[in-house]
Amino acid sequence: MTVSPLAAWRGRLAALAPALAVAERPFRSQLTVRASEPSAIAAMGSALGVVFPSVPCTFTAGSGQFGDVEVLWLGPDEFLVVAAPDLQVSIEEVLRGALGSSRGSVVDTSAQRTTVILEGPHVRDVLAHGCSVDLHPSAAPAGTCVQTLLARTGIILQVTGPDRCTVLVRSSFAEYLAAWLSDACVEYQAAAP
Amino acid sequence: MQLIPCPWCGPREEAEFHYGGQAHVAYPEDPSALTDEEWAQYVFFRENPSGPFAERWSHSAGCRRWFNAVRDTRSHDLLAVYRAGEPMPEVLS
Ligand SMILES: [Zn+2]
Repeated sequence: MTVSPLAAWRGRLAALAPALAVAERPFRSQLTVRASEPSAIAAMGSALGVVFPSVPCTFTAGSGQFGDVEVLWLGPDEFLVVAAPDLQVSIEEVLRGALGSSRGSVVDTSAQRTTVILEGPHVRDVLAHGCSVDLHPSAAPAGTCVQTLLARTGIILQVTGPDRCTVLVRSSFAEYLAAWLSDACVEYQAAAP
Repeated sequence: MQLIPCPWCGPREEAEFHYGGQAHVAYPEDPSALTDEEWAQYVFFRENPSGPFAERWSHSAGCRRWFNAVRDTRSHDLLAVYRAGEPMPEVLS
């Protein structure tokens, strides 16, 4: 049986509620796509049923033959395709087909990161303890996707709603991040009724 | 902490960036024709101005792109940032 990076932390993370609801969503399919030709990017998008993001520091979502798929902007010619677990091999095949002879690459990076879903009225406050990116809703509305540092650890932060964020963190840093989150939540746990 | 405006991601903390030295140092067109002294000039010798200085920076913890910036070495003010391949903008020192 495969053990997720934060399996040992499930109980301690659950205990952070109601200040912050924290749940790991491990083993999601993740593919790093490098491509710059607009036609190739459009072809890959239509193969997945999602339009690739054209605006820096955003992500898009859609649904198609692989179910719900998100595409995260990582750089001007770099994207991360995220889908449900165990789809990476078939998605890689479809994306390579759509890329065709255009210059680019599709690489399975599913094992690189695990996913943590954070939800609660204090989610932006908790993250602000260790993240210098402006997380005010006017500066970081739903749809924002930034690569930055959280408590000196490289993360991808997706804002998915007013009180909801998704953090992708390298598997080997996940336990450190869980420990930091537990500590950053202390003052909000005390304030919760 | 100083904010550096990445041309792709906008203002981010300096800790997210990696310094890359002087910008616009062209690779020699015919390296094999260079004398040892000319090669040493290319590899080791850099400008050291007091004032505006064009430098390479990498947004290593963000979009991981290299870009160029003009920084005033006296005040550490970033006078301009521009994407790789773009010409150096005119800046007032
Ligand atoms: Zn950047």
